[in-house]
Amino acid sequence: MGVEKNEFKFSKKPEVVYVDTDILLIGGGMACCGAAYEAAKWATPKGLRITMVDKAAVDRSGAVAMGLSAINTYCGENDPADYVKYVRTDLMGIIREDLVYDLGRHVDNSVHLFEEWGLPVWKRDEDGSTMDGAKPAPKLTEGGKPVRSGRWQIMINGESYKVIVAEAAKKALEYNRKETGVEQNLFERVFISELIHDKNDPNRIAGAIGFSVREHKAYVFTAKTMLLACGGAVNVYRPRSTAEGQGRAWYPVWNAGTTYALAAQAGCELVLMENRFVPARFKDGYGPVGAWFLFFKCKATNSLGEDYCVTNLATANKDFGKYAEDPHKLTTAMRNHMMMIDMKAGKGPILMRTHEAMAALAETMTPKQIKHLEAEAWEDFLDMCIGQAVVWAGNNIEPEKTPSELMPTEPYLLGSHAGCAGIWVSGPGDIKGIPAEWSWGYNRMTTVDGLFTAGDGVGASGHKFSSGSHAEGRIAGKNMTAYCLDHAAYKPELGRDVDEVIAEIYAPMENFARNKDYSTDPLINPNYIRPRMFQARLQKIMDEYVAGVATWYTTSKTMLEKGLEHLSLLKEDAEKMAAEDLHELMRAWENYHRLMAGEAHARHILFREDSRYPGYYFRADHFYVDDENWKCFTISKYDRDSKEWALSKRDYVQVVPD
Amino acid sequence: MPSFVIKEKCDGCKGQERTACMYICPNDLMKLDVERMKAWNQEPDQCWECYNCVKICPQQAIEVRGYADFVPLGGNVIPLRGTDAIMWTVKFRNGILKRYKFPIRTTSEGSIDLYSGKPEQDYANLKKPGFFNMTEYPSL
Repeated sequence: MGVEKNEFKFSKKPEVVYVDTDILLIGGGMACCGAAYEAAKWATPKGLRITMVDKAAVDRSGAVAMGLSAINTYCGENDPADYVKYVRTDLMGIIREDLVYDLGRHVDNSVHLFEEWGLPVWKRDEDGSTMDGAKPAPKLTEGGKPVRSGRWQIMINGESYKVIVAEAAKKALEYNRKETGVEQNLFERVFISELIHDKNDPNRIAGAIGFSVREHKAYVFTAKTMLLACGGAVNVYRPRSTAEGQGRAWYPVWNAGTTYALAAQAGCELVLMENRFVPARFKDGYGPVGAWFLFFKCKATNSLGEDYCVTNLATANKDFGKYAEDPHKLTTAMRNHMMMIDMKAGKGPILMRTHEAMAALAETMTPKQIKHLEAEAWEDFLDMCIGQAVVWAGNNIEPEKTPSELMPTEPYLLGSHAGCAGIWVSGPGDIKGIPAEWSWGYNRMTTVDGLFTAGDGVGASGHKFSSGSHAEGRIAGKNMTAYCLDHAAYKPELGRDVDEVIAEIYAPMENFARNKDYSTDPLINPNYIRPRMFQARLQKIMDEYVAGVATWYTTSKTMLEKGLEHLSLLKEDAEKMAAEDLHELMRAWENYHRLMAGEAHARHILFREDSRYPGYYFRADHFYVDDENWKCFTISKYDRDSKEWALSKRDYVQVVPD
Repeated sequence: MPSFVIKEKCDGCKGQERTACMYICPNDLMKLDVERMKAWNQEPDQCWECYNCVKICPQQAIEVRGYADFVPLGGNVIPLRGTDAIMWTVKFRNGILKRYKFPIRTTSEGSIDLYSGKPEQDYANLKKPGFFNMTEYPSL
């Protein structure tokens, strides 16, 4: 940004703080907390310094900030190979099976730590009843039986899930800080907006630059290796609720696509960025439905009481063949597609029949058990989506009496939940039969030397959820230690002039200060665009041209090309963003990151000439799944100087047999 | 509005080391008006209703008013978070009250013991799969 070079003539130049470290963790969510815990154990005795930088407070940052009512990936008695099959089926056949298998064989270790640290995990009593996690019972490691709400999910009392995980991470950082004699190694409320390559190697990471949103200070971090794990991308699309309720995004509203944007700008290869997640959730509040479907055996129907996954199966099968054939093997995307067929036919609203499910369960239960069950249903919201409880309270909805409306949300870009957009990384290396380009070095390292990712950052490997993101952060943390030891002599040197980068970062504040007095209302000024309107413009373009809710998630080559034209003008106008204060400066950069993530998404959808994820998005001009030509990874690489994207195909290889 | 601050109850956390809501908000929304010593939500349409400001406020001065674009007025959901459990009071628009108590933690805050009682890391395993405390793993 910075339409003219920012020389800080109208705004104050910030103080610059330099921090040199060995392992830099960018983000403070589950992945980076896992990395801190594992890396501190390996790296500290070797004298390696670990530093975490989070734009929020680690106790309550990231996707688990509110809490969770379930851990969605816990293998337990299951073979990790079966986990691969489940993920592969749900993600339409194209995943990195080495990464998914690797995740599956590691994830339980993190879950066991959570329980040891104090996370209450529900248990199944000998009589079959459910016990909350505070009741005395053997732990999972002692043979305690979790309460499964699905083959891979276990129920928890997770209000303080993140607080607990953060405590371990902060203690690990503190241990490392004391042992290595560093003054400070946790920086909260510092937003990283730029990654800097090494002066002597444009494909090697050397620095990360950002700013405090509390003090007028810029931060320049140098490190041998970095973990880029700042979550997925939310509110890239115009949300269904456009006023106050746009904050009630299904995924965390503060996930700004920073992971994908910084990776793309650093020159990382991205993979499957056409993938998105459109969850069908309780309307408006976007409360979780998983426990209702899996735990309470609830049915969703159209308003006529018909199961749209039965009545629309033949229609879906005609267009999408084997992907809409076996009613027991329908993907989440395909269920969405069949739901929307009914919505378009005017058979809505779609209803979650909570009243019937609870009545059926109550038939064999005592009043006390029914009360317990009702509390469990409310806890599902209160632990992780309190806003949904507010919606029910405001609408007088008692789930045992009234069904609730379901709705497919606006699109989200993510790699850890039921989606697989993200960055191409090196795999574990011990899996036989994989191509060389799947594993060339350190596990979870991107194609930029020294730059790692985890959680939402790792592409083609969905369904990790909270526990898997923590475990993947640990895998990265361990491998980052190995990287540092192998490159002990490496001294990062920044490949860009620090003053120049800082001038760019603060340009929106200079723009505001320079121009604000031209008009009588600082919101309306021909010389700049405020981040709020920049976001609204991005959301409108994405919604209308790139398969948002406005077009029932449908687009085409011609629509995408026009949308990309609009996006390129928006990108030019990014240079005219204006920020009144540090909070708005963060919004400016977050929204630029959203733009980059959105552009990557649009270019991938344009490149892939099939409708790979029907129900998430449709190419009206390629209304089919084409396995012959498109059962492959799509890879993109962005050239920051020319602003050009290069897209290519890469072979998918099946590792786990059907 | 989503989260809002009750003027009479907020004391700006004077006497505390930091303004609690401002410290915790994951989206940097809560701001302290230093002149009035009152906090406020500076960007209500970016509020996720995560309730972290509500839970942390030492004065119980913060509540949530449901998103005005889809929640009818009159309901309310109020937590009281302790050290090992959280109490919820859900008030419906029609006056129905529901109260729930859920555990939040089975250990005391600050009690996590990171590495003791666990195996020491073996650097021979550094480039293999597994964790410092997990040296056996299946492969394909």
